Amino acid sequence: MIGGLFIYNHKGEVLISRVYRDDIGRNAVDAFRVNVIHARQQVRSPVTNFARTSFFHVKRSNIWLAAVTKQNVNAAMVFEFLYKMCDVMTAYFSKISEENIKNNFVLIYELLDEILDFGYPQNSETGALKTFITQQGIKSQHHTKEEQSQITSQVTGQIGWRREGIKYRRNELFLDVLESVNLLMSPQGQVLSAHVSGRVVMKSYLSGMPECKFGMNDKIVIDKQGKGGTTDDSGKSGKQSIAIDDCTFHQCVRLSKFDSERSISFIPPDGEYELMRYRTTKDIILPFRVIPLVREVGRTKLEVKVVIKSNFKPSLLAQKIEVRIPTPLNTSGVQVICMKGKAKYKASENAIVWKIKRMAGMKESQISAEIELLPTNDKKKWARPPISMNFEVPFAPSGLKVRYLKVFEPKLNYSDHDVIKWVRYIGRSGIYETRC
Amino acid sequence: MPAVSKGDGMRGLAVFISDIRNCKSKEAEIKRINKELANIRSKFKGDKALDGYSKKKYVCKLLFIFLLGHDIDFGHMEAVNLLSSNKYTEKQIGYLFISVLVNSNSELIRLINNAIKNDLSSRNPTFMCLALHCIANVGSREMAEAFAGEIPRILVAGDTMDSVKQSAALCLLRLYKTSPDLVLMGEWTSRVVHLLNDQHMGVVTAAISLITCLSQKNPDEFKTCVSLAVSRLSRIVSSASTDLQDYTYYFVPAPWLSCKLLRLLQCYPPPEDGAVKGRLVECLETILNKAQEPPKSKKVQHSNAKNAILFEAISLIIHYDSEPNLLVRACNQLGQFLQHRETNLRYLALESMCTLASSEFSHEAVKTHIETVINALKTERDVSVRQRAADLLYAMCDRSNAKQIVAEMLSYLETADYSIREEMVLKVAILAEKYAVDYSWYVDTILNLIRIAGDYVSEEVWYRVIQIVINRDDVQGYAAKTVFEALQAPACHENMVKVGGYILGEFGNLIAGDPRSSPLVQFNLLHSKFHLCSVPTRALLLSAYIKFINLFPETKSTIQEVLRSDSQIRNSDVELQQRAVEYLKLSSIASTDVLATVLEEMPPFPERESSILAKLKKKKGPGAVSVNELEEGKREGGELNGGGERGGDSSAISTPSPSADLLGLRAGPPVTAAAPSAGSLLVDVFSEAGSGSLASYFQFVCKNNGVLFENQLLQIGIKSEYRQNLGRMYLFYGNKTSVQFVTFTTTLNVQAKPVEPLIEGGAQVQQVINIECLTDFSDAPLLNIKFRYGGALQNLTLKLPVTINKFFQPTEMASHDFFQRWKQLSLPQQEAQKIFKANHAMDTEVLKAKLLGLGMALLENVDPNPENFVCAGVIQTKAQQVGSLLRLEPNAQAQMYRLTVRSSKDTVSKRLCELLAEQF
Repeated sequence: MIGGLFIYNHKGEVLISRVYRDDIGRNAVDAFRVNVIHARQQVRSPVTNFARTSFFHVKRSNIWLAAVTKQNVNAAMVFEFLYKMCDVMTAYFSKISEENIKNNFVLIYELLDEILDFGYPQNSETGALKTFITQQGIKSQHHTKEEQSQITSQVTGQIGWRREGIKYRRNELFLDVLESVNLLMSPQGQVLSAHVSGRVVMKSYLSGMPECKFGMNDKIVIDKQGKGGTTDDSGKSGKQSIAIDDCTFHQCVRLSKFDSERSISFIPPDGEYELMRYRTTKDIILPFRVIPLVREVGRTKLEVKVVIKSNFKPSLLAQKIEVRIPTPLNTSGVQVICMKGKAKYKASENAIVWKIKRMAGMKESQISAEIELLPTNDKKKWARPPISMNFEVPFAPSGLKVRYLKVFEPKLNYSDHDVIKWVRYIGRSGIYETRC
Repeated sequence: MPAVSKGDGMRGLAVFISDIRNCKSKEAEIKRINKELANIRSKFKGDKALDGYSKKKYVCKLLFIFLLGHDIDFGHMEAVNLLSSNKYTEKQIGYLFISVLVNSNSELIRLINNAIKNDLSSRNPTFMCLALHCIANVGSREMAEAFAGEIPRILVAGDTMDSVKQSAALCLLRLYKTSPDLVLMGEWTSRVVHLLNDQHMGVVTAAISLITCLSQKNPDEFKTCVSLAVSRLSRIVSSASTDLQDYTYYFVPAPWLSCKLLRLLQCYPPPEDGAVKGRLVECLETILNKAQEPPKSKKVQHSNAKNAILFEAISLIIHYDSEPNLLVRACNQLGQFLQHRETNLRYLALESMCTLASSEFSHEAVKTHIETVINALKTERDVSVRQRAADLLYAMCDRSNAKQIVAEMLSYLETADYSIREEMVLKVAILAEKYAVDYSWYVDTILNLIRIAGDYVSEEVWYRVIQIVINRDDVQGYAAKTVFEALQAPACHENMVKVGGYILGEFGNLIAGDPRSSPLVQFNLLHSKFHLCSVPTRALLLSAYIKFINLFPETKSTIQEVLRSDSQIRNSDVELQQRAVEYLKLSSIASTDVLATVLEEMPPFPERESSILAKLKKKKGPGAVSVNELEEGKREGGELNGGGERGGDSSAISTPSPSADLLGLRAGPPVTAAAPSAGSLLVDVFSEAGSGSLASYFQFVCKNNGVLFENQLLQIGIKSEYRQNLGRMYLFYGNKTSVQFVTFTTTLNVQAKPVEPLIEGGAQVQQVINIECLTDFSDAPLLNIKFRYGGALQNLTLKLPVTINKFFQPTEMASHDFFQRWKQLSLPQQEAQKIFKANHAMDTEVLKAKLLGLGMALLENVDPNPENFVCAGVIQTKAQQVGSLLRLEPNAQAQMYRLTVRSSKDTVSKRLCELLAEQF
């Protein structure tokens, strides 16, 4: 179990220190600072071990969160907790930064008391936490006895993530499919590795205790239905459905039902939450293709030409496109010509950054650059790091489609049809690289 | 040095550095540096030629970035350009960059050397100094090659400025340290010595470092420096503190120079010239006198400087070791420091006294401080000082005060620091042995030692007790009695049980008369400890029991009962079980006469250097053994009998492993009891070595030359050659000790020319053996060697590495030929096959070499699988020829081999298979 949690700033100063168990002393704080934050060589492993003490850390911008334990804990659990902790903090004060943490330290200690008991993770549902840990300290004292007992029964009850008696005039549901597509491509256009990791994020404003059912084009479900119906259809439906490699759900989803029927049914928390996470590796739609051409002219010059092709329906528009072309370390000058967007050599990042605001599908654009080099006495060749790309497209590169989202609330008098539902797909680039 | 004017400050650099310092995170810092690097690159690449100032500024920035830990791979050219600038600051930055960043194998080294040469030949002293500093800072071999000839010239030239001379001397010193072979001695050496007379104190200080280093390597060439150094020293010592102005440090005239002079003098023996010597003695006396004067300043620097000179002077006095008067005075002076407030002074005083104690003149004087030292050992707060105090006690110990010192050390041992306990134990053990007047005291002391610090008593210590007890008849009874009493303590250390078991097993009969220690009581006492001990101790106790049966027949039934019990005879430990079974059988079958012969009392051990001393030396490591070495030197004159490794240098002494060193003892009584041998002491050593020689026997299957056998005394080398069915073998017997072996005889169960009966210490004799192979064979001839070494008869039996494969004639054949013959030899008895695990790494080249060494022809491109090896050959014997084919199939994955041998004679196949299976 987690023995303590420490939050450091980039200098290694402790901002928050909460010790849950006696086996963790103050020297653990220093051990982490000395051996990880101030380590001569960058520590890459998120789990480190010093003097029989394990440190699990995540870094958010300049802030280090480290969970410490002397016991043999489930590392995945600890990291899940750390991510949840980050989510909770973001929900309370948006960005995790040194200043925000310093300004909210009382709140953070309060949260830590609530989320972890004796090192065991408890309720980390933001919606539920917000009902009794508020940023206005005074307000919480005005809770009536009734309200307090309600909170207790909710937090300790079976459905800890939703309180009873919620009422909305308009019952609304927002559903976002957020995906990030990762790619590594050879210079010849061969896909070396590609996968999509996606999330289904929901925002629900529903009255009462509704029961929801979510359906998507999961291959297993579609095949099952196809078997029940006409078998001839399988070829067509196979194309429409996607194979999900693995997925995880929010605690509100009934896992037993998913296991037996593979249907996703749940009583949603109020407000925003992440319903599920998934990963796919097959039949990924790659929104962009990068075609690099690098020519070395002698020792002091380099010619780079990069073509990007958008590969989706012409009616859709990709946004925030950014191509990053790395330059050699001995670059002394760069001339860039591009047809579309803006391109600039950023010396501080050793790269040419080409930005395009918008680009429709099935289009093509090109940049060419001349890079002047300074001859060095260093014998080693330029390693040619891959060209990376960022973008945002309004569809799911994995091919995921939401088939239905049904809401049942037997006690109150609104039906599935009365709920206003919004569905949105956003595909973003993860690590989207092409070797050159 | 020209002062850096305000206008020379580099604003760009200052801004850059402050930017970096203001960076919030590492990422921001890297970004800023990347930006700066790109800027500098574009500036360097730019068409405009840069002026000196901006070049300097950018080179400075690069240097700063490099020092922050980033790689810099350009800008070297610009730095080299700066070297040719005429401005001091620009040149300085250029040199700085080069000494930090340019590695020796850079292409630019030629350009740099050129620039340095120009500066060296310029008449500007500042530039010359910069160049010299750069050479010294880089200090590479290339630099030495280029400038080793030039610098001595500058150093001794008459018109060179003092500051340049100073730099040149230090630069030369550095080059000499890195590549001494390149700095050639020449006519300049004598002139360097005369730098000691230089007016300028700085030059003298620099030169003396150089001279000290040089004279350590070539003392003869610099002999003349002694008198010069003495006169210089006397001038400094006798000068008033105001005379030397700049070189007076807190009222002490030129302390660094004085120390260096004294250190230089320590490289040489005392001057022979009476006048010089008188002057030196006078100097030393003055220094000692000055130490008595009240301090001129309360500042710590003053006393530090003064004491530095004093300690250096005392080292010199100790080094000379010829002036009783001075030695005693030094000793008294140190005695005062023993109670000084300063911990460092106390430490140094103890350390110096340690060396003083070994001088015959001052030994007595040192002894007067015994109380203080003992006090220091007890009350000192700093562990390193306590350690030194213990060292000093050890050094000042002699027959007169041994009892007191050993008692003090023993009592201190109870509270001593864990880090020094083991060393203390060894010291106590050595002192007790060395100065033991009566051996009962010795036995008492060591048993006390085991009682107090049992965990730190190494094996060597208790081995030694037993050696001594066994060799001295007069203490055996006393030892048995004391051990018996010591064992009666409810909790005793395992080492005590070991000693007790051994001694009671040998000499229990001496105290058996007393009803309180009757045989049965003794046995029960030992057996009560049995179950708490580790396996080796239990084994030793079992041997003690069987000895009891011999000593006291009345205990026989009790002991047999113990041996017969399941916990012994079915013990899970093989050694214990075997002993129990064998001893039980021995006791029930053998007659009393046989038993008495087998279990006879251990014969005395040959006298040898104490293994404890060797261990102590090993612990301290070479270099730190000065005290012991001195002692060693004293001892060597008298006793030291038969110490094979008497060479005197500590590295040689530390090599023998304790197991070999203790000969009979390590194997202990069990072996002698189980495999008794008539009188030969060393039998067990060789039985141990026998297994080693078996390994070396197999190593000769694939090679003809090498070392067949080696132990502490003897090395046997082999050279052999074979043609057809004839062979000749040269055996070289090397005596590794310094003592001659007499009546050296070898007998071979075949035939051999006789060998010289006498081998001088360190010498080697040769024996030739002619071999003829009559028919195929599987047993190797046995070589029996007998000789006397220091009175003890040594007996050694070795297998001569003559194997059937030595008589192979390689046969080349093509692929189909091979397989045809392979098929011909298809009778089941003609084939021998073995599948075995690889003992060594599966390296194709090594395997090839081994197969070639076997004597067969290695056939390439025969086997369809290139991994496999096939060989063919014919064994030539007088009677017949035996054709053999071999196939070796390595399986790299499983680390296994399959070996198939087919030959026309079944015994040959089998034997070859056996021999080869050991090889891979």
